[in-house]
Amino acid sequence: MDRIVNRRDLAFQLYEVLDAEALTSYPRFADHGRDTFDAVIDTAERLALDKFAPHAAKADAEEPRFDGQRVHMIPEIGQALDAYVAAGFMAAHRDEADGGMALPWTIAQACAALFTGANASTTAYPFLTIAAANLLSVHGNRDQRSRYLQPMLEGRFFGTMCLSEPQAGSSLGDIRTRAEPMGAGRYRLKGAKMWISGGDHELSETIVHLVLARLPDAPPGVKGISLFIVPKHHVDDAGQVGARNDVALAGLNHKMGYRGTTNCLLNFGERDGAVGELVGEPHKGLSYMFHMMNEARVGVGLGATMMGYAGYLYSLDYARNRPQGRRPDQKDPASPPVAIIEHADVRRMLMQQKVYVEGALALTLHCARLIDQRDQTEDAEARAALVRLLDILTPIAKAWPSEYCLDANRLAIQVLGGYGYTRDYPVERLYRDNRLNPIHEGTNGIQGLDLLGRKAMIDGGAAFKALMAEIEATLAAAEAVHAVAPLRNALARLARRAALITADLGRLAAGGDVATALANSTPYLDMMGHTVIGWMWLRQALVAAAALDAGPAAGDRAFYEGKLAAARFFAAQEIPRADAQAAILESHDRSALDIDDAGF
Amino acid sequence: MKVLVPVKRVVDYNVKVRVKADNSGVELANVKMSMNPFDEIAVEEAVRLKEAGTATEVVVVSIGPKQAQETIRTGLAMGGDRGILVEYDAETEPLAVAKLLKAIAAEENPDLVVLGKQAIDDDCSQTGQMLAQLLGWSQGTFASKVTPGDGTVDVTREIDGGLETIQLKMPAVVTADLRLNEPRYASLPNIMKAKKKEIAMKTPADYGVDMTPRLSTERVEEPPERQAGVMVESVSDLVAALKEKGAL
Repeated sequence: MDRIVNRRDLAFQLYEVLDAEALTSYPRFADHGRDTFDAVIDTAERLALDKFAPHAAKADAEEPRFDGQRVHMIPEIGQALDAYVAAGFMAAHRDEADGGMALPWTIAQACAALFTGANASTTAYPFLTIAAANLLSVHGNRDQRSRYLQPMLEGRFFGTMCLSEPQAGSSLGDIRTRAEPMGAGRYRLKGAKMWISGGDHELSETIVHLVLARLPDAPPGVKGISLFIVPKHHVDDAGQVGARNDVALAGLNHKMGYRGTTNCLLNFGERDGAVGELVGEPHKGLSYMFHMMNEARVGVGLGATMMGYAGYLYSLDYARNRPQGRRPDQKDPASPPVAIIEHADVRRMLMQQKVYVEGALALTLHCARLIDQRDQTEDAEARAALVRLLDILTPIAKAWPSEYCLDANRLAIQVLGGYGYTRDYPVERLYRDNRLNPIHEGTNGIQGLDLLGRKAMIDGGAAFKALMAEIEATLAAAEAVHAVAPLRNALARLARRAALITADLGRLAAGGDVATALANSTPYLDMMGHTVIGWMWLRQALVAAAALDAGPAAGDRAFYEGKLAAARFFAAQEIPRADAQAAILESHDRSALDIDDAGF
Repeated sequence: MKVLVPVKRVVDYNVKVRVKADNSGVELANVKMSMNPFDEIAVEEAVRLKEAGTATEVVVVSIGPKQAQETIRTGLAMGGDRGILVEYDAETEPLAVAKLLKAIAAEENPDLVVLGKQAIDDDCSQTGQMLAQLLGWSQGTFASKVTPGDGTVDVTREIDGGLETIQLKMPAVVTADLRLNEPRYASLPNIMKAKKKEIAMKTPADYGVDMTPRLSTERVEEPPERQAGVMVESVSDLVAALKEKGAL
């Protein structure tokens, strides 16, 4: 049994749906082929199973603790990360000159998915480090890249993102951390940062904090935020790690899940100020941070997918092996019980998990593939089109998996019944870990505002139209394919309705009633999510139908037929959920707005 | 010193094997395959000998279908220098494999052949011993430590009573046991380097070896399901129960 992901499904998504091998036609990936992709994924899976999965439950039970001086955690986390670094994953997608293997982002993300599925909280440390490194590689100067980025790629330094403060999280315009120039390009930072994952530990030589703060002359709000590198230890001009900087751990947060990842309240400048250096230009910090954030949001969606996927596989295996009860037609009480997978409602719960996790995997890998295309395309116009498409898909790729793959975890617990609720089985931990994903990297409420208030409306709805054109193209390709007709028809209807609703809400907002439009941004995000995932299922179903027509290899028939069955289920049981959201949106409901505060 | 490392492509150790519906064998369609874990230990040992400056070249050999190239590539990504694949699609038996390896050894003249003590698919544990016999070389089987000397190699073996260290004259055949080392992961930069290493493609006919099986498989079945046990109250109850079953 596959424990993290169905490798047949991963190969289907990467090679049959996304044609990842075609990436090798870009000069940067010319040395690659399916052989290197598979070899890397094999190494990732093996490392994930050997070094990451075995301590996932232990890290949850024995969370890191702070003795007032330093953080203690179980040694397995460090051992797993040493092996991760030694195998070359920290720098995999970087050029060979940087110690990488110029791996496409699509394949790097497939590997990241395997690690997250095995053990999300240990994987968070390199996840954050890679995101910080990506930011520095674009916006850091040459000196910063050699002193900070290179040691991060070598796994000697880890990284964090310090955005939120105790009083300001979603509203970053209200942050108060200040940076005073001290000459020679250095600044002294003072302020408190909250929810800093990986904010303190002893896993690396030092920690590179990327900190948002305000310069003395900064304009108010989001236009006055600058980005600083503030290391836990001073790093001299030669890159040597020295004494402690004035960055103090005030305390660890005790979380519901993701418990192996330290999550910190950090005090910058308790004494004379934490020494930092400016990244890029003053007052542009937020835009640099968002450069990284968009990719991190897709990464969050992929991580949420994989926690759902691990729960799906566990509950599927359990359902195949757990004998309980008899079929309705088995009247003899002495007859042997059947495996619970034979019960209709258990099958429904498994199918629902399947359409959620495989649909979410299709979307998040699709986004990773678009990122590769965007980064390799020379043509400015084609690049701009890819940026638009990614812009509108990003809030969906973050929010939909984090809602529905969390629901998949709920269903996995349900399949196991009482056992699923105990800590002797991994499904409750997967649920608790996954419960973070609707919250961090921009809550799903923020994603809804981002989608409806910005991405769907910007430039006269250009990104929305681009997305609809993509969906239409798949619908057209599915026109004559009988095997996918139910989903094609249901999706075509939903997409038309979604386009009308988008135009309608746009008119409502343009007419001045922004509040009513935005009061329904979450149902909008939900409806658009189901539309996009329905599209992902149609894409998969088309590939499966073609493979069945061509005569599949022995053992593949059931796999492809499973894809078609899942597509029919999505048409019959999931599209109607989106229709329910559509009805809400069409009603311009304002009851939650209109109720007086005292009425709650 | 040259080291030859034969490796076998087998069903991955994480896979729960299933018997084919017609009982002719185990299901291999859509099943993950990888290098036999004991052979990985053998590759690791050879690569360590090279890193220590003792070995100068590590040649990875496999006998199997075209896809066994991937298995050889794994060995090359771990640090092997080049590969040889003898392409053969049907099931292989230890004797035929040993004969092929003998022919390859005659061409390559290795000082040491290091291979896994057994393959986890058929669990034969015969190839290394047969090869040593066919070559007329010394053999050190079930090795948990390998220390090359001057024209000799000390091999510590895991035996029933504990450990035994023997000294072999080289050339010699060594089969790797579980505790010999912990094999490394094929690192990403090395996967790229391995892509550029050479794999020579051969057939059994190139070596004049007849691969015709000497054994035939009648039926493959699942092991019988384990019967439920009974709890006994005391030692005398246990003795009585064992007598009743005819075990005492």
